[in-house]
Amino acid sequence: MASITRRRFGVFTAAAVALGAAVGLSAQAAQAETVLRVIPHADLKNVDPIWTTAYITRNHGYMVYDTLFAMDENLEPQPQMVDTWEVSEDGLTWTFVLRDGLTWHDGTPVTAEDCVASLQRWGARDGMGQKLMDTVASLEATDEKTIVLTLSEPYGLVLESIGKISSNVPFMMPKRLADTDPFEQVPEIVGSGPFMFSQEDWVPGSKVVYLRNENYNPREEAPSAAAGGKLAQVDRVEWLYIPDQTTALNALLNGEVDYWEQPPVDLVPILQQNSDIVVEVLDPLGNQGMLRMNHLHPPFDNEKVRQAVVAAVNQETYMLAAIGDPEYFDICTSLYACGSPLETTAGADLLVNPSKETAMKLLEEGGYDGTPVVILQATDIPVLNAASLVTAQTLRDIGMEVELQAMDWATLTSRRAVQDPVVDGGWNVFHTWWIGGDISNPVTHTGLSTGGTERAWFGWPDDPKLEELRDAFSKETDPDVQKALADEVHARALQVVTHANFGTWFNPVAYRSNVSGLIKSPVQFFWNVSKN
Amino acid sequence: MLGFIARRLLATIPVMGVVALFVFLMLHLSPGDPATVIAGDYASPADIERIRAKLGLDQPIHIQFGTWVWTLMQGDLGISIFSNLPVTKLIAQRLEPTLMLALTTLIITILVAVPMGVIAAWKAGTWIDRSIMLFAVVGFSIPVFVLGYILIYFVSLKAGLLPVQGYRPISEGVVPFLRSITLPALTLSVIYIALIARITRASMLEVLDEDYVRTARAKGQLEWKVLIVHALRNAAVPIVTIIGIGVALLIGGVVVTESVYNIPGLGRLVLDAILKRDYPIIQGLILMFSFVYILINLAIDILYTLIDPRIRY
Repeated sequence: MASITRRRFGVFTAAAVALGAAVGLSAQAAQAETVLRVIPHADLKNVDPIWTTAYITRNHGYMVYDTLFAMDENLEPQPQMVDTWEVSEDGLTWTFVLRDGLTWHDGTPVTAEDCVASLQRWGARDGMGQKLMDTVASLEATDEKTIVLTLSEPYGLVLESIGKISSNVPFMMPKRLADTDPFEQVPEIVGSGPFMFSQEDWVPGSKVVYLRNENYNPREEAPSAAAGGKLAQVDRVEWLYIPDQTTALNALLNGEVDYWEQPPVDLVPILQQNSDIVVEVLDPLGNQGMLRMNHLHPPFDNEKVRQAVVAAVNQETYMLAAIGDPEYFDICTSLYACGSPLETTAGADLLVNPSKETAMKLLEEGGYDGTPVVILQATDIPVLNAASLVTAQTLRDIGMEVELQAMDWATLTSRRAVQDPVVDGGWNVFHTWWIGGDISNPVTHTGLSTGGTERAWFGWPDDPKLEELRDAFSKETDPDVQKALADEVHARALQVVTHANFGTWFNPVAYRSNVSGLIKSPVQFFWNVSKN
Repeated sequence: MLGFIARRLLATIPVMGVVALFVFLMLHLSPGDPATVIAGDYASPADIERIRAKLGLDQPIHIQFGTWVWTLMQGDLGISIFSNLPVTKLIAQRLEPTLMLALTTLIITILVAVPMGVIAAWKAGTWIDRSIMLFAVVGFSIPVFVLGYILIYFVSLKAGLLPVQGYRPISEGVVPFLRSITLPALTLSVIYIALIARITRASMLEVLDEDYVRTARAKGQLEWKVLIVHALRNAAVPIVTIIGIGVALLIGGVVVTESVYNIPGLGRLVLDAILKRDYPIIQGLILMFSFVYILINLAIDILYTLIDPRIRY
């Protein structure tokens, strides 16, 4: 047996200590991995945020992708991937230069050509993008980092468009993926954002995993809504979809998850009893409910009858039925999000002063003849279900005949696209809602489109004058004139009654008290969020 | 016997064909359109039409059916409309949780229900029998989700013994797997224990009055031998039948348990697919369920011959 010399012993000991230290460090590193477990508001069923407008896919997009510009907390566009930019004196040529050090998750550098292809794909799908592209004469990459956008006529919403906060967000992708047909899904998820999508861990209907992008190059500014520095403070974010609300509640109470994106308001009191749970509203604009009437068929092909419905809508009744707790709803008589820069009550007398008598008078003036009103009732979405019931009673109260047709939301989305008369499968009324970021101006607010059966949103209002005003707004570059035009659009929309607003509500979030750094915004982000 | 099995397996082909046609027509003729769900709130009618065209939903229904059958014949269940992932991959991801939940439930059920039923029959009319039957009535009556929440409240939230939700595959370790599966399996097994215990009791009572049981007792056989060897074996045919039906129900009927315990299994997959009108997933799953039911029935028929040699095919 070989004897152990002192020197050998010393070497052995040093090696053992080094090995032990290495094992200890790696164990420590393994322990130090921070995982933020999130219950998202919906299941991530598809991962291409240009192919679909689903909010959950938009949120996924913000994890993985970055944008040229992004909205700050005042809904002002701020540069994000862009370093510098300039506009020619005639307002027609916009030049953007990308920041240094931007790379895709596959390690290749971000180029201007990638961004041009991404903008073109987005512009083929998104409504605001299509409007921008209508005025674009050319869009090209003049070198590795420079994008030149040339317009055929002045357009007042260039930065607002490419920095838009909600679906479809113009996320940047590598050209090889952005060249995918806009009506097909991209085959691979490669972005340049603060987190990377882990394809092999994705179980649709259950789990999505994002890993910190170690190579992300954040801006230096403090985070502000979608803008500013995006610092990934945790190593891994797991979205665990828990459709059963009681199970989600129990999981958060038991510390099995850290963050619940949309707890229902009626469970908030239980959460608030637990000192380890924080409940707060992060979205300052909330959601606005929309009562949409079909302009194609009686009785809502009559402007007076539509006005009668607006006059009958008592937002408080709707909100008490749909939300319940007054802490989480507001009466908002603007069709633009209340709290957004263009909020107004121009032309909103009927909304401001709801009155059954006024409604009945307008109904009489409109010559309502007892035609039954078919309301599509989405029974699987509690807010919309309650709103449908309130509308049914409201219309009955002013003397209208009402038929509620119960269905799930998926059926409703196909029924509402039917332009045929009611007897042939058409409809008269349905309800939906918009997040504040979607309805902050006349162009992003799809519900204000009045291009008839060809171009307007479901319900198909047809009013060339309102379309002219929306166009004028989009082309105006003077903010004061823009504001005046937004007021005119608002007043006109309520005169022709594109829709009625049945209230604004705020979805609280709930999280464990060891989580911090959440960003106030209409969209929920997970950069800057840390967990102790 | 081999000929019988081969004939039964061959007979599945026309059955599957009928199921496929029925499922396809039922889905495509019912209201709802995945294109409108995909398109979302901002899409124009033209956008929706383009999406429908890309998905092939603008084709005549017989062409769509033909395309689906052609891909099926190549062993492909298609691609999910929403996630763009192969249906086979989605099913494979969900198969383990559902199978493990069903298997664990089945083991608990058989281990508890059959002895309970035998004891109840053996002690018929006594307080033991009444207690077991009371448990059976309560177990059969209590909704699965109510029992689930009660167990979660006491076992997980109050005692902190087991997790509230989630599934840990056995590959992550036996202990995490058992911790995640225990409550769901207990919850789900109660109703089956109640059902099978009642059937076992009734079946046992019938045979316990038979002459051969009396003869066995008269010959001085040990009571447990009389019960297990003589009575239970002869009472087993209806018990096996009900266990088989229970297994078939378990495979497709675990959706409530999966929802309450947030287990990503097949039940939730099919429910989500129905809500979104993800046709390839729904069609693939229903076909798979049908095939499993056929196999389970076949297994039961084979088991009959093993239990009762008088049965021949």
